[in-house]
Amino acid sequence: MSNKNEMERVLEGSEAVALAVKACRPDVISSYPISPQTHILEALARMVANGELATEYVRAESEFSAASVLSGASVAGGRSYTASTSQGLLLMTEVIYASAGMRLPFVITGANRSISAPISIQPDNQDAMSLRDSGIIQIYVESSQEAYDTHIAAFKIAEDPKILLPVMVCMDGWILTHSYERVKLLEQEKVDGFLPPYRPTNFMDVNDPKSWGAIADDDTYMEFRYAIHDSMQIGKKRIKEIFVKLAEITGRNFGGLIETYKTTNAEVLLVAMGSVVGTAKDAVDDLRLDGKKVGLIKIRCYRPFPYEDIIEAAKGARIVAVIDANVSMGSEGAVGMDLKAKFYGKLDAPAIVDVIAGLGGRVVSKRTISEIVERAEDTLRLGISQSEYYWKDLNREILP
Amino acid sequence: MKIALGAVVKGGTSLAYKTGSWRDQKPVIQYELCKKCGICEMVCPDSAIHVVDETYIIDYDYCKGCGLCAYECSAGAIEIVLEVK
Repeated sequence: MSNKNEMERVLEGSEAVALAVKACRPDVISSYPISPQTHILEALARMVANGELATEYVRAESEFSAASVLSGASVAGGRSYTASTSQGLLLMTEVIYASAGMRLPFVITGANRSISAPISIQPDNQDAMSLRDSGIIQIYVESSQEAYDTHIAAFKIAEDPKILLPVMVCMDGWILTHSYERVKLLEQEKVDGFLPPYRPTNFMDVNDPKSWGAIADDDTYMEFRYAIHDSMQIGKKRIKEIFVKLAEITGRNFGGLIETYKTTNAEVLLVAMGSVVGTAKDAVDDLRLDGKKVGLIKIRCYRPFPYEDIIEAAKGARIVAVIDANVSMGSEGAVGMDLKAKFYGKLDAPAIVDVIAGLGGRVVSKRTISEIVERAEDTLRLGISQSEYYWKDLNREILP
Repeated sequence: MKIALGAVVKGGTSLAYKTGSWRDQKPVIQYELCKKCGICEMVCPDSAIHVVDETYIIDYDYCKGCGLCAYECSAGAIEIVLEVK
């Protein structure tokens, strides 16, 4: 693989992720198929069958088992990985909460897909949002190249002794998992240099028996939970450092916890994450050509939530429009709520509008983004309350 | 005491956790009725009934007061009384 041409290939997003995972030399991969994630685990299975990847490939009988295999493998001291989506992630939820509590640093790809019912296999962020509070670190990616790079960073982040938490790389189903893009791969020696073998302090050993996640009563439980939260807070700095270190090797810099795009002098700021960011950047380019002062903040790391960086990047903005591909039923979108909470009471805080868009694969095009910006400008002219939110492109005519 | 990351503890440390403190009622063996059949020892879900010198002894450090022993005792030799502390 040292040939330059072989290191730059046109790959399906899933294949790119599988190659990144392979380069990280996982000890255990657990597997249960579900669209749109299946191509990742199929590609890894093929690598194992062809003798290109030495790993324990465990075919589980459900996502609950697949997550439990990760948990067990991680306790035993192995680097472990799986991928899932939608209902599969929901079924994994209990195990993921427990694994974060036991401080097990495995990596999961979440191929973001909507949740039933009604059944839909189209992309949105609702599945990942169900794990928002579990203690898993969530990093959203925009492209296949970013997915490739981020998976390599993900193991390093998870296994960092100051962090020690599971990491989920979130990539939109179909849009990223099934589209073909040019992807630059890293030489194995470079990945090995960046990511040495996992050597945990604590691991299951018959000669030194231990228990994970022991009982904690009302006198210690809060401290255990705070320790996870604290590692997330400390983790922000470490994650940035790891991204910088990886960028030095790859020559590609996707930013830190956030990426800012044309935010200078921006009065209207869009906030988005995932593949919609690519479309939003094109829309911002067009709007800038029209003389509009529009910029974009892309959230890469969603948990821990990089509010310090966002507040800094939003200085001078008059209104922030958040594109949320999820909703907390009976309230608003998750990212919008996070931002409103963190901006509240800040001097010169911009107005914040939460836009629920793209649920179940509803298209968010450049035109959609322009309309969101236009409505934000109208809102500025007319004045609004801080709590404004709306569902974009909702067809009220077909409501029952 | 410091808490350990991930609540990882040495094996056997649950012995130090006296779950008997959860009890709000407690079984008391009336030895004059006891036939030493051993059913209580077998059914105790906390393994908190032991045989010492052919006598059945309840270990109140770990007995949670579930009452299974009294329910299953065919001789009616185990009485459940209110826990008083």
